[in-house]
Amino acid sequence: MAADTPVDYIKHHLTNLTYGKLPEGYERADGSVVEETTWTMARTAQEAADMGFMAVHVDTMGWSIAMGVLFLGLFGFAARKATSGQPGGLQNLVEMTVEFVQGIVRDVFHGKNPLIAPLALTMFVWILLMNTLKLIPVDYIPTIAHAMGLEYFKIVPTTDPNGTFGISIGVFLLILFYSFKVKGPGGFLKELSFTPFNHWALVPFNLVLELLALIIKPVSLALRLFGNMYAGEVVFILIALLPLWIQWTLNVPWAIFHILVVTLQAFIFTTLAVVYLSAAHEDH
Amino acid sequence: MNINLTLIGQSIAFAIFVWFCVKYVWPPITEAMNARQKKIADGLSAADRASLDLELAQEKAAQELRTAKEEAAALIEQANKRASQIVEDSKGEARAEGQKLIDQAHAEIEQERVKARDALRAEVAALAVAGAEKILEKSVDANAHSEMLDKLAAEL
Repeated sequence: MAADTPVDYIKHHLTNLTYGKLPEGYERADGSVVEETTWTMARTAQEAADMGFMAVHVDTMGWSIAMGVLFLGLFGFAARKATSGQPGGLQNLVEMTVEFVQGIVRDVFHGKNPLIAPLALTMFVWILLMNTLKLIPVDYIPTIAHAMGLEYFKIVPTTDPNGTFGISIGVFLLILFYSFKVKGPGGFLKELSFTPFNHWALVPFNLVLELLALIIKPVSLALRLFGNMYAGEVVFILIALLPLWIQWTLNVPWAIFHILVVTLQAFIFTTLAVVYLSAAHEDH
Repeated sequence: MNINLTLIGQSIAFAIFVWFCVKYVWPPITEAMNARQKKIADGLSAADRASLDLELAQEKAAQELRTAKEEAAALIEQANKRASQIVEDSKGEARAEGQKLIDQAHAEIEQERVKARDALRAEVAALAVAGAEKILEKSVDANAHSEMLDKLAAEL
């Protein structure tokens, strides 16, 4: 493991397992030169950075899909066996979650759209599961991955901005879609132009303000989640640098605190996404 | 921390998960929940109805009991009245009968008395005649003086 110094250790734990394209003539970390453009695993953080946009974080994708499949598998299983009679343990859990999400949607969303509640459920549970991965001790999975010959492994998809932005961009596209659909292109443009100041002379000002506010929405969604999770992860890694006998005095309280953060961030992400979508459904 | 294709991959994964959830996960769960809600609501209203029915039935039973009691009381009252009436009637009858017997006895006695008196009167008349015969020393023609003797007897 590339953990000779604390800085290396931290850097190592914050680097994703990256599979991407290296251009022709690129000199790799071990001194060899890439003969022709190839797709390969990055061996160092520098290589990963040099791959640019044409790269995939295998760990982020893998774990997020695994969590999504876990969510859908669990809930799908419960849904298939759902009975209107006395519910079992799993069904109880699932129904509790569903009711919780329904509560959020009922409180926050004022339009009528059957898509919103399941969307919120997906976001909430998926993000919750991805965040929960953080409670696995920071060295477990990377050590196993290292034994399997993978240099880097970062299991929490929400500590990767790609992970959080991926979701928030999905939400953003839905906001745009429903804004156009409900308000109509004219109505949407009018809303952007004449709020908050309803005067023709202030249209350019309004436009700048509203467009900025619109674009800020997915950015703030993604960055809030990413920031919280990333910061928490860094603290976990820092604690892991301490002598073994003292670690538990810090990481136990921090982990307990993170049970709250993990749930809260999933809740905030979901609620705000529903709020934004609700605003997109309001026709003035 | 590099932004790359993961972003798009994640968006696609998100879209697929949402689609799957909307299509296969959400409807059965909410349906089951709604069905249970309806079941519970039905059960509760049935229970309400049942308790209302029970209340009505109890009220009816109480009312019926009350009527029965009243009827029974009326019957007993009637029977009592009838019994006392019968007693009264029989008492009256007995009294009347007794009176009648007494009257009859009285009448018989009176009759006996009258008969005795008549007999006595006749005897007295005979005695008077005999006395008078003795006094006059001559036989009085009973036939000639019977009118006078009868008048005498009637005066006694």
